Amino acid sequence: MESFYSRYRNVLMLMVILLIQVIGLAVQVRRPATAAGRDGTQVRLIRYWAVGILTPFEELFLFTGHGIRGAWNNYIDLRHVRQHNQSLQAEVDRLRLEQASLVEDVLQNQRLQALLGFKQQYIYQTVAAQVIGTSGTNQSRVLYIDKGSADGIHADMPVITPDGVVGKIRDVFSHTAQVLEINDQTSGLGIILEKTRLRGILRGDATGQTEIINIPSDERVQSGEAVITSGGDQLYPRGLPVGTVDRVVNDPERAPYVAILVQPAAKLSRLEEVLVITQIGSSLPATEESDIVTSEQKAAGVLAQRLPGADTGTAQPTIGPNGKILPAQNPNAPPPPVQPTPSLHPDRFTPGATPPATDLRPGATYPKQTFTEQIAPAPSAQPSGQTPPSKRSFPPKKAAQPAPAHGETQP
Amino acid sequence: MALLNNKAREEMDQHHFHPAVFFLIPLAAIFLQAYLPLRFPRFAVLDLPLVVTVYFAVSRRNPISGMLLGTGIGLTQDALTHLPIGINGILKAIVGYLAASVGMRIDVDNPGTRLLMMFFFTLLDSLLHLFIVRRLLDMPMEWHGLHEMIRAVVNALVGVILFAMLDRLRKRE
Repeated sequence: MESFYSRYRNVLMLMVILLIQVIGLAVQVRRPATAAGRDGTQVRLIRYWAVGILTPFEELFLFTGHGIRGAWNNYIDLRHVRQHNQSLQAEVDRLRLEQASLVEDVLQNQRLQALLGFKQQYIYQTVAAQVIGTSGTNQSRVLYIDKGSADGIHADMPVITPDGVVGKIRDVFSHTAQVLEINDQTSGLGIILEKTRLRGILRGDATGQTEIINIPSDERVQSGEAVITSGGDQLYPRGLPVGTVDRVVNDPERAPYVAILVQPAAKLSRLEEVLVITQIGSSLPATEESDIVTSEQKAAGVLAQRLPGADTGTAQPTIGPNGKILPAQNPNAPPPPVQPTPSLHPDRFTPGATPPATDLRPGATYPKQTFTEQIAPAPSAQPSGQTPPSKRSFPPKKAAQPAPAHGETQP
Repeated sequence: MALLNNKAREEMDQHHFHPAVFFLIPLAAIFLQAYLPLRFPRFAVLDLPLVVTVYFAVSRRNPISGMLLGTGIGLTQDALTHLPIGINGILKAIVGYLAASVGMRIDVDNPGTRLLMMFFFTLLDSLLHLFIVRRLLDMPMEWHGLHEMIRAVVNALVGVILFAMLDRLRKRE
């Protein structure tokens, strides 16, 4: 007679294996090892082994493919490089002009933000990484990159492309890291709509579609509106492009709220290279500042060539009263007090035309002033600070005495 | 589907493979499943680890070895995701067990049988996945019937081709 075990051995083994895995699932789901919900040590060890076994093959395939493509691009497909280079140079010049025109706005924005106590975050340092693999299932929208803790990568670092936000670092191994994409169900990203300034949280749904949830139904949102990071999640710097509004749909799970479907700016299904933001600061990085200075100088040169009489807006050397060159002004110094624009036709209301109040006496009569007109020189011809502005006097119709004690007028 | 009588069942041998095949082929399947969607996003509709699990389970005709192989493949798949480890482990264990049990009773060398078998095992995999994610883990998961049918058909077609290729790795008796 067969024993119970030998008769039902297969089924019993299946039950044991399934029971162990169900208990393991329950432990992972109900009792994460850390407050942040990260994996426990044992789970992390299993992931470490699997990633350690598979990623060398992925890197090998990737670098083989890149080698073949590199050979093609570097040695065969070089026919239009010269023209391409010229067009790129022209584009760089155009962008430098654009950047120079935007610098003033940026600096003003910084001053205003400093006044209001804002802390703008700038990207200081990034690490470029190759995407070498995926999770292999649609239920887990993660990527693997070929940079890890040895390259300074840490958990929760933002991952971007020039097009937009990709996600954040989740698990970090020595030479590999796992990136959780923004269209995963478990991701969350603080966003703001560019025009309507509507704030929300962007996440992915079960099909990989990114959506902004918990939006009141009375909000007027139009398709095509840009979605950018709000910076409120303390992970992503503010202002990074996330995507554009696709359409607004009803959210039956969260009625009466609606959901805004978003088309991601980054091509999440076809990523090859990404940038991991490893350092963020509260002021412009040194490289960017030097680039701005270079851009201003080059833009001034281009402008001076095209428009000889135009104000190039660059900092010219200041010459003091004794003829010595004064050091350049500190760009962070407070701006000089605002001076009124000289009037073309001065009258008795013109600043400086009336004696100061301390000189006035009740009942006394005062002679009429001599009005003058100051004509500012062309900045390109005479840089500011080199020579005083030329003044042209307009004699009064009747004989009059010179104005007392005000440097702005001359007899 | 050709049912085997007792005599045929007794005469039926397990197919044997080189031990390295049991390690390298599943590893290659998991690797391709993780790598190819980067270049071809539509490749994600395929489930190569499932195809390999079914193939080795029906070839070995041993439920325990099919279940253990499925568990190993599934857990490795889980380790590459950010989800709890065990979802695919449970799925592949059940599929491996059932595939080996079926392999003991029917002729699995027939291409038509293989096509139907892969179709139904893919659907079973999807249904079990839905149950585990929604009921056990209480996580949201949408069910698209048409998508799952297409996935089952594609896996069945690819499975028939892959089964024929993997047959060449059998050891000659």
